Amino acid sequence: MPIHEKSLIRPENLHTHEKLEIDGVDVSGHWSTFIQSRAITDYNENLEDEIAALPGGEYIHRCWQCGSCTNSCTVHAVNPDFNPRFWIYLIRLGMEDELLRDKDIIWQCVSCNKCTYSCPRDVAPEGVMKATAHWLELKGHRPKSPSILFDEVFAEQVFETGKIEEGRIIKNFFKRTNQPLMQDWLVEMVKRIIKHLPIKQLVSMGWASIFRPRTRGWAKARDAIKEYAAEKEAEQRRALNLDGVNKTSLPDDERKSA
Amino acid sequence: MTTKYKEVAYYPGCALDGSGHAYNTSTKAIGKSLGLKLKEVKDWNCCGAMEVKNIDPKLQTYLSSRVMSIAANEMGFDTVMAPCNGCYHNLKKAEYDLANDSESADVVERLSEKAGHDTYQAGQIETIHALDWIKDAIGEDGIRERVKNSLKGIKVANYYGCMYTRPRHIFPEKDQGGASESTSQPHFMDDILEAAGAENVDYPLKTACCGGAHTLSDSDTSTKLVLNLLQAAEESGAEVIATECPTCHSGLEMHQIRAETNFGIKTKVKVLYFTQLLGLALGLKPRKLGIHENVSDSMGFIKEKGLA
Repeated sequence: MPIHEKSLIRPENLHTHEKLEIDGVDVSGHWSTFIQSRAITDYNENLEDEIAALPGGEYIHRCWQCGSCTNSCTVHAVNPDFNPRFWIYLIRLGMEDELLRDKDIIWQCVSCNKCTYSCPRDVAPEGVMKATAHWLELKGHRPKSPSILFDEVFAEQVFETGKIEEGRIIKNFFKRTNQPLMQDWLVEMVKRIIKHLPIKQLVSMGWASIFRPRTRGWAKARDAIKEYAAEKEAEQRRALNLDGVNKTSLPDDERKSA
Repeated sequence: MTTKYKEVAYYPGCALDGSGHAYNTSTKAIGKSLGLKLKEVKDWNCCGAMEVKNIDPKLQTYLSSRVMSIAANEMGFDTVMAPCNGCYHNLKKAEYDLANDSESADVVERLSEKAGHDTYQAGQIETIHALDWIKDAIGEDGIRERVKNSLKGIKVANYYGCMYTRPRHIFPEKDQGGASESTSQPHFMDDILEAAGAENVDYPLKTACCGGAHTLSDSDTSTKLVLNLLQAAEESGAEVIATECPTCHSGLEMHQIRAETNFGIKTKVKVLYFTQLLGLALGLKPRKLGIHENVSDSMGFIKEKGLA
């Protein structure tokens, strides 16, 4: 039996008339359900190039739409709306509006790499998911996702000290996402840890969160990384045309005078 | 028994200094017991993990390359062993990118020069996982000879997670037939624990994902994925899940609790690092293996099985 990975007919495009007569024939009721025709006229012709300009999106052009990615996807199994094959299809056609319907779930890719493992065309769909999630945020279509905020908290600490300390990461992440640190399950977990951990170890854990572990002689590496990261960020902004006045995004009359 | 991997550079990584400390303790303890020398990479840094890769993959390549450069150029090793799946994966990925992508090699060269250390060149060092280390340095026969406390009668689900086998192209030594590791049906941990006497159950989710990447940023998804792993292990008849990755391990432990507090679903399968199970079989005391550092309490279970 075929598995319907995606229905192309949306519920809002289905019309059923309770009372309708056409040329004297009563067509009321469910049997005469109509599908509203749609004409798509707004294509973003740069969409594929923009995604391909971001890290991970480089190989999107190779896709053959076989669906191996969606078929193997961990998140798709939890949420059928999570559909890498479909999003790659939309991006390659430039159907930005359609893509934006799913803007709030694309970041949920867990990077298990099952798609990249099974892809016969080496599209590296996991990378495409990351690039698309970045694109949505860089373009201002949605605020930064918890996933990106976590990456930022983590990367900042690595760049700064060469290493991470998990307690600080958790604390900073909850702070940046405005969540309370005292989550029920975290409290429960800490209670269970304390029950069987010797005092010596608890002290050393506390010590690590006060005095950050850091890589010795890291300063030069830190500066080099930060310089490179800033360059890459500027490069991405240019590729997405985010700097200065973006003429195509101006209202018509302003565009004429610009 | 071979002479391979008798002395290797050891890259614990950040997690093994924190939540995965028990994995660090037990890895060192079994190394000592088996006469395998581990020399910690000096002044190591984070491998870049998933998070830096998401910000910029080439920065992750650089971070991993620095670790390999120190192990190879400053310490003179030809093998570096990383017990953490994330670290292991990233060093392998950096190796692949440096050998196959000139742009990555350029970025690494530029950053290494500015940071003031030798640039790592592809092929200088071999990265192995703790599973390769035990499997190749000691082997099943070697383990059988040394078992003091057989794991007989303990039903184990061996859980490998994502990063140990995927994507395939960064692990060229796998899927080579014969005794090589398989990326679709990995078996090194099964082999090791079976030699230690354990009864491995047929666990269908060996390489399924624990949602570790989003353990805090999308916790409900992670809890669902972990619950799936725990329940499948129990349905397979396992009493304990053996792990070989600190992120998977702490993910399983954290979300086992979260499934209880947030979803009201309790599971009782134990979670232990494979190094802890192997250490018990070698006759080491639970404390030496950091079993008291695990979140889930396995002491009752271990005593009941006559392992302590």
